[in-house]
Amino acid sequence: MNLNQQPHMASPYAPPQPGYQMYPQPGYGAPHPTQQYAPYNGHTSLYQQGAPPAGYSPYSGFATKTYAANVLSDSFSSSPPNLGQGRAPPVSGAPPVSASDSYSQYAQGNVQNGPPSVPSQPQRPPVSQSYAPATVHPGTQPTYHQPYEAPTTSVQQITGHMAGMHIGGPAPNLAGSTYAPPPSSQPMSSAAFTSTGPPNYTPQLASASQPPSSMSMTPGPPPSMYGAPPTSQPSFPGAPTPPQSAFAGVTPAAPPVSQQSFPTGAPMSQPHYSSVPTSSSQPSMGGPVLQQPPFGAVPPASAQSQFPGAAQPPVSQPSPYHSVPPAAAAGFPPPGGATVTAPPRHPGMQGPPFANQSMSAPPASQPNHTGAGMPPGPPIGGVQGPPPQPGLQGFHPQQNGAFGQMRPPQSGYAAPYPGQQNFGIQPPPPAAAPPAQKRLDPDSIPSPQASETQPVQKTRHRIDPDAIPSPIQVIEDDKANKGSEPFITGVRGQVPPLVTTTFQVKDQGNASPRFIRCTAYNMPCTSDMAKQSQVPLAAIIKPLATLPPDEGPLHLVDHGEGGPIRCNRCKAYMCPYMQFIEGGRRFQCSFCSCVTDVPPHYFQHLDHTGRRVDCYERPELHLGSYEFLATVDYCKNNKLPQPPAFIFLIDVSYNAVKSGLVAVVCEELKTLLDHLPRESVDEESRIRVGFVTYNKVLHFYNVKSSLAQPQMMVVSDVSEMFVPLLDGFLVSVGESRVVINSLLDQIPEIFADTRETETVFGPVVQAGLEALKAADCAGKLFIFHSSLPIAEAPGKLKNREDKKLVGTDKEKSLFQPQVSFYGNLAKECVAQGCCVDIFLFPNQFVDVTTLSVVACSTGGSVYKYSHFQAQTDRDRFLNDLRRDVQKPMGFDAVMRVRTSTGIRATDFFGSFYMSNTTDVELAGLDSDKTVTVEFRHDDKLSEDTGAFMQCAVLYTSCSGQRRLRVHNLSVSCCTQLADLYRNCETDAVISYFAKHAYRTVLSSPTKNVRDVLVNQCAQILACYRKNCASPSSAGQLILPECMKLLPVYLNCVLKSDVLQPSAELSLDDRAYLRQLVSCMDVAESHVFFYPRLLPLQKLDVEGDALPVAMRDSEERLSRAGLYLLENGLNLFLWVGSAIPQDLLHNVFGTASFSQIDPNMTSLPVLDNPFSKRIREIIESIRAQRSRYMKLMVVKQDDRLEILFKRFLVEDKNSSGGASYVDFLCHMHKEIRQLLS
Amino acid sequence: MAMFQEFIQQNEDRDGVRFSWNLWPSSRLEATRLVVPVSCLFTPLKECPDLPPVQYEPVLCGRPNCRAVLNPLCQVDFRAKIWACNFCFQRNPFPPTYAGISEVNQPAELMPQFSTIEYIIQRGPPTPLIFLYVVDICLEEEDLQALKESLQMSLSLLPPNALVGLITFGRMVQVHELSCEGISKSYVFRGTKDLSAKQIQEMLGLMKPAPAGQPGRPPAAQEMHFFLCRFLQPVHKVDMNLTDLLGELQRDPWPVSQGKRPLRSTGIALSIAVGLLEGTFPNTGARVMLFTGGPPTQGPGMVVGDELKTPIRSWHDIQKDNARHLKKATKYYEALANRAAANGHCIDIYACALDQTGLLEMKCCSNLTGGHIVMGDSFNTSLFKQTFQRVFSKDYNNEFRMAFGATLEVKTSRELKVSGAIGPCVSLNSKGPCVSENEMGVGGTSQWKVCSLNPSTTLAMYFEVVNQHNAPVPQGGRGAIQFVTQYQHSSTQRRIRVTTIARNWADVQSQMQHIESSFDQEASAVLMARLAVFRAESEEGPDVLRWLDRQLIRLCQKFGQFNKDDPASFRLSESLSLYPQFMFHLRRSPFLQVFNNSPDESSYYRHHFMRQDLTQSLIMIQPILYSYSFYGPPEPVLLDSSSILPDRILLMDTFFQLVIYHGETIAQWRKAGYQEMPEYENFKQLLQAPLDDAQEILQTRFPMPRYVDTEHGGSQARFLLSKVNPSQTHNNLYAWGQESGAPILTDDVSLQVFMDHLKKLAVSSAA
Repeated sequence: MNLNQQPHMASPYAPPQPGYQMYPQPGYGAPHPTQQYAPYNGHTSLYQQGAPPAGYSPYSGFATKTYAANVLSDSFSSSPPNLGQGRAPPVSGAPPVSASDSYSQYAQGNVQNGPPSVPSQPQRPPVSQSYAPATVHPGTQPTYHQPYEAPTTSVQQITGHMAGMHIGGPAPNLAGSTYAPPPSSQPMSSAAFTSTGPPNYTPQLASASQPPSSMSMTPGPPPSMYGAPPTSQPSFPGAPTPPQSAFAGVTPAAPPVSQQSFPTGAPMSQPHYSSVPTSSSQPSMGGPVLQQPPFGAVPPASAQSQFPGAAQPPVSQPSPYHSVPPAAAAGFPPPGGATVTAPPRHPGMQGPPFANQSMSAPPASQPNHTGAGMPPGPPIGGVQGPPPQPGLQGFHPQQNGAFGQMRPPQSGYAAPYPGQQNFGIQPPPPAAAPPAQKRLDPDSIPSPQASETQPVQKTRHRIDPDAIPSPIQVIEDDKANKGSEPFITGVRGQVPPLVTTTFQVKDQGNASPRFIRCTAYNMPCTSDMAKQSQVPLAAIIKPLATLPPDEGPLHLVDHGEGGPIRCNRCKAYMCPYMQFIEGGRRFQCSFCSCVTDVPPHYFQHLDHTGRRVDCYERPELHLGSYEFLATVDYCKNNKLPQPPAFIFLIDVSYNAVKSGLVAVVCEELKTLLDHLPRESVDEESRIRVGFVTYNKVLHFYNVKSSLAQPQMMVVSDVSEMFVPLLDGFLVSVGESRVVINSLLDQIPEIFADTRETETVFGPVVQAGLEALKAADCAGKLFIFHSSLPIAEAPGKLKNREDKKLVGTDKEKSLFQPQVSFYGNLAKECVAQGCCVDIFLFPNQFVDVTTLSVVACSTGGSVYKYSHFQAQTDRDRFLNDLRRDVQKPMGFDAVMRVRTSTGIRATDFFGSFYMSNTTDVELAGLDSDKTVTVEFRHDDKLSEDTGAFMQCAVLYTSCSGQRRLRVHNLSVSCCTQLADLYRNCETDAVISYFAKHAYRTVLSSPTKNVRDVLVNQCAQILACYRKNCASPSSAGQLILPECMKLLPVYLNCVLKSDVLQPSAELSLDDRAYLRQLVSCMDVAESHVFFYPRLLPLQKLDVEGDALPVAMRDSEERLSRAGLYLLENGLNLFLWVGSAIPQDLLHNVFGTASFSQIDPNMTSLPVLDNPFSKRIREIIESIRAQRSRYMKLMVVKQDDRLEILFKRFLVEDKNSSGGASYVDFLCHMHKEIRQLLS
Repeated sequence: MAMFQEFIQQNEDRDGVRFSWNLWPSSRLEATRLVVPVSCLFTPLKECPDLPPVQYEPVLCGRPNCRAVLNPLCQVDFRAKIWACNFCFQRNPFPPTYAGISEVNQPAELMPQFSTIEYIIQRGPPTPLIFLYVVDICLEEEDLQALKESLQMSLSLLPPNALVGLITFGRMVQVHELSCEGISKSYVFRGTKDLSAKQIQEMLGLMKPAPAGQPGRPPAAQEMHFFLCRFLQPVHKVDMNLTDLLGELQRDPWPVSQGKRPLRSTGIALSIAVGLLEGTFPNTGARVMLFTGGPPTQGPGMVVGDELKTPIRSWHDIQKDNARHLKKATKYYEALANRAAANGHCIDIYACALDQTGLLEMKCCSNLTGGHIVMGDSFNTSLFKQTFQRVFSKDYNNEFRMAFGATLEVKTSRELKVSGAIGPCVSLNSKGPCVSENEMGVGGTSQWKVCSLNPSTTLAMYFEVVNQHNAPVPQGGRGAIQFVTQYQHSSTQRRIRVTTIARNWADVQSQMQHIESSFDQEASAVLMARLAVFRAESEEGPDVLRWLDRQLIRLCQKFGQFNKDDPASFRLSESLSLYPQFMFHLRRSPFLQVFNNSPDESSYYRHHFMRQDLTQSLIMIQPILYSYSFYGPPEPVLLDSSSILPDRILLMDTFFQLVIYHGETIAQWRKAGYQEMPEYENFKQLLQAPLDDAQEILQTRFPMPRYVDTEHGGSQARFLLSKVNPSQTHNNLYAWGQESGAPILTDDVSLQVFMDHLKKLAVSSAA
């Protein structure tokens, strides 16, 4: 410590301050001005140490751990001068207290050698340090990035200070608030934190002395969680003191354990360490901090917490949540604290390490911090290593918050910033290192770390991936908890089971989650609250969702000639929320409060409870979802609609013919036409069909039943499209069967010898549109298209793919259509109710962006089959086509979402067109399409009445009946943020975020989009931490139970191909994915972003349960395994190179690994239960998804594996996506920055 | 006189030529004083059974701007093997093939009886005939069915090697591809968008025979052929296909809401037909046959909007300048017609509808290209069916009575120049020494294009005597005119028919008598009528009548014998005696009177008047009336109301109508059924007689006339009553209730009144 401090002092002071200030401004600026600075500085410095700073900023991206390593190195380099010290810091090794140099060495050692260094250092210290660093970095780093430069020095210092620093830093932030609560200890911690911050800087110097002061300080701060920080800051101001205080704080935290740590850390580093130890409990926080470092190792986090816990546990427990947090806080200093907390949560974590302690602690703490548990193991690093995971796991359960934090730092950052952070933490590293490494070693193989410096790795390792919140765990828990009982919708504001859980729904007045899922089921009462929490308020609505047989179909209500009964003012439809008054003669609208007379024919007496006597006889009075029969007033031109039509438009240019597409489509249509959607009462579908083929001219076909042969009508005038015939173009399949078959037989022959390579596209859509116009009906176009439309015609496009633009500010132009023609055309289509589905079969660039505009605005879908070859892609295409043709759908739809006064639907996402701000116009709406609606407050909501929303969709059914489908949903309203956080759905939030981000790329550079996303999530979590979590050390990452997966999922979104493309990804692919996501439902977006990975090697061939999924990380793949991975679009079968012979034989029927044909698209049909079961599983998975997935067999180390690896979303990827652990660290850092 | 009549008849039989004057006044001044210009009716393809075509090419005069054909009027030096052109006096050597020529071994073209001779040209590949059906499918089901049957039937009438194509139109225009097997294929065009020929060809895929990317393959002739033929196929190859295709034609499927006319894109359909042929077979004989059942209602060339509440334009509207689309549409069709004519393609219009179909606007398509116009009430009438069948009638050589892509060239001797032609032709703008500056009809050229000809197609040619008074023609001098008609025979051969005629010059001073007796009043009446009708197309009706009256009065003044101011003394010689009567009926004819006729009818009548030969033209001017009675054999009677007697059956032939009119008594008898009684067999025969005669006329006439069987008091009797001279009207009371004749309720002047006025004006010294 002293040493560290000194170092700091030396350079630090001068530099530090600047640096700090710098930092402060960035991160803290707002929060605590000058005073804070001190503290912050401290923190910052701490953070800086995380210093990752320097590294960070660059890496902000979280680069992978490797980066971290680099970062570290970078930071070092940058700060070189400081480095000396800085390194020391990093060294957290500094912790070793030894001179800065030593530290630096250590640091380095830690970082890189982490372990080794650690050794030198006190064991724990290191650990703690590591944590701290890790955590710190995470948190700070983000903010710091900027600072970093300066920070660098500071960093070093920090690192040096690490111990103290971290502690201090973290403490300030979190600690302040959380910790404070933590009680006495906390106070301490908080103080510590605050002080810590300073400590680090000045601190370190003063640290020793300060501690005390800090102690005092802390007390102050603690009280008011937040206040604490400030106070701390103040203290900081007193730079020296603060630091001290910080330390003190640390110590305080440490006290418990910390004291010990202190001892070790005594001065600088020790503080950390010591603190860590001490921190072990809240105090641990403090202690934790130190420990945390250790924890740093993510798992550790939990572990740490635990550890701390161990030490702290007690303490933490005392103040459970907070305490934990405290831990976290402690962590702060060294995130470690956080980690500690985390651990708790992650039960898994760490428990082990801390396990015992932490475990115990966790439990206690868990409540609060569950998340906190996180203990970011990172810091824990050392500690964590082992323990963490266990602990974490154990903790996880707890959840709340703990986890995350700790881990995050570690994970994400660790790696990335990692380096630095770690460094900062380094101390810990050292300590942690050993452990970490150990783990690493195990993991090392997979670990990205390898890439970079060991340190990084170590750091990373410090955070045990198992210690951080596991999506799989959450999913399985939900299955276990909610899968068995039916979900009854009657209760307002309850969160439905996750989309991954199979459950039954009983409609008792609210729409089934199959129709509507919300991001939050407890809406904040005021917009201020909403703003503060930053939790998006959105509903993801799938109006025509298919229900399982035991839940459907919806009741059809006919209110007679007058049409559905509605509120006079807001026009809301009759629903269970309407209040009947005056003996049933009038009803009051629950949306706008307007009172409306009940029409005489609808009158019914009320019973003693004020409910209508016929309440349970009328679906609209007691169900959440039902349909009304619409009257002629609800029809276009006041005319009952005609049955809709399907028009198939087939590209017959050279490419399409050659790839076999034309033959495949024609052959399939012959049978497919017998399965057009129909009402259950109809013998055969009333949908009419028409056929068009085209290359650069269009061929329409007259297939009137009276003809012996179809007639082809060529329209060459593509500049002004028109439909050449009416009668005979759209026909009933039943009547014209023979002629249609004859046509479909002949089309491939007619064009077999074509040499026409140019195609048109605009006129094709126009043709379908005109046909529907002429027939005066709504309908759907199925366009099978092969190439960029370059023939002279409206909507002609040019090849504009330019990879050089990727990553630049001009990138957004790639997502914008190159001509406005299609937008205007889409408008016309919508007006006519012409839905467009596009099947693309490109061999090269086709400009999906531009072509898909029509589909995206008309409620249509885009399918893309690159390099289509009939033999290999036939199944996929045909299955998609079949499903697309057969799926239930509505036409010419208009959707309107009405809400209670107080909120308003303000934004919509999906495939539709809006000509005003309220009506969502969908030319077609099928059972897979979702519309996401975002709500904003325009007034206050009442906690008593809750909030209502009614989604009404007016559409034409496939038989031409005009109907209104109404979904009602009521949610609760809350005045406590905690309620909000307790009742939200992460999957929905992520789905919303993704859709929002994917739309924003149209107007902002992707980097900004990513930053905004990270920022918003950080705010959400920070708000929770600040307002809901029990006080704990700032270093602790505390996540709300409902959102503990937010970071991992968010990371998946950030790394997705649209936001962070790999180099080989084509513009078309990105555009394709972009539009796909916009209308995904929650289940689809969930698996899309977090693919499902199923281990198959130990398959239970007898049962019919799917194996439990695994986390998407390469480390978890066994060379002797066989895994299935799917994300709704792709399906991979990964075969390990050491796959056992019998498995090989059973599944592939081959004798050796090398004989597996990587081009196979389906598994050989072998007569053994294993093969059968695998194929069953594949089929069942395909059946769950709206698009058929072609099976790709990926052999380990084969070239295809690169592709496959992109889907292992917990790992960092080649295009710069952070690993889960790294990202978590980063997140943590962001949060801490926000909190400070 | 008899001498001249005989001469005239002989000349007509041999050469198909009737001159207004058969002695020509020898000076310009005198010629103008004769009122009726030196002019002739020329029937280029008059059927001459005793005229075998010769299988070699004509010998032409070597002078570049003469190029006259060797003819019997040329002086020949058999020894020197030289002939002198009788038009330019150039001396030309005979070609080597004529080496054996001598007084006793003369080629046919030198024999006097071969003043008209036909050469068959062997050069060049034979080009097939092309028939492109352009069919309106906005018809009533029944009509469409009838039309489809007629079209299917026509396939068997076409020359087997002829190319046939099909375009249908309604709201859209479809060009049917005939070459494909299995699925029938057509190219569709929007009916409202005018396309240039190039665009049409592009869209039909006629521009780029081979799609890009066929390296190394020259656009082989075969390939070209394929592409050219996708829409036009030899009848023998596709008649089955086409029969099926026609059989499957549906009515235009686009709904027509109440109060609307179907949308009919006639303008675009024609444009595409013209464009298609233009791109594929320029300068080849082709017939575009438009079958339409109503007015064009959209796109360029529209005649009336689709709102039924807006009636199609009437003469009244036109006079008031209320016809919105008239000028535009007319201009559009004129442009089309000119394009077609330039490529030698002709356009027929078969318009069958109760209402007007826009013939007024579209008439030029046929008028300028020599196509037919047939107007009927429905495609499901024998009028249309028979007429259409008759388009493909054959002559005694079993060859189609049609020829294509003709150019008619006129050469004159020095004293004469050609002023113009009136008939189904367009000017080729060929200036030459024999072209007069004074234009009459289509002038300013010595060559005309006649895209389609049949043996009765007759052009009126007008000449100007340019010889000056002070340069008398030598005694016995003759003026000569040579008509050279090159055309594509229906057998696809190119042929050249040369008619060379000569007339004596006469000095007006000394030979007035002769000149007067050489006057061909029939021919003159028709020639003057053509001039009048030609004027009527562009001038106001009253102006034309005034002009016509003026000419008549001047003629009467010139040739009448009278005492000044004494109308009673007025006399005309035999050779002019009928002329005023012709003029009287001409004035009342639908060619000059639009009252009671729609613009379409007027156009239709004028169209036929401008192309029929002299006999038919005269019938049009002054219908023929036969009377059948128990008192004697059928006899021609005066076209006068006095001929309408109760105990007569009248048969009137106006060319366009055949009216059988049963007198009051006859009608009562018939109603009583006497003809069924054996003892009244004679009555039955009497009833039958006019029917048989009518049948005979119906058999031969093209287009088939409207056949009307009516009786006294019948509504259809108006056809007769409107034609006869109203000698008895409600105004001259003495006729009331008398046995003879029937009064006509009209204010029109009678022939008697007309003649009285004419005499008065002719003898008036004031005139």
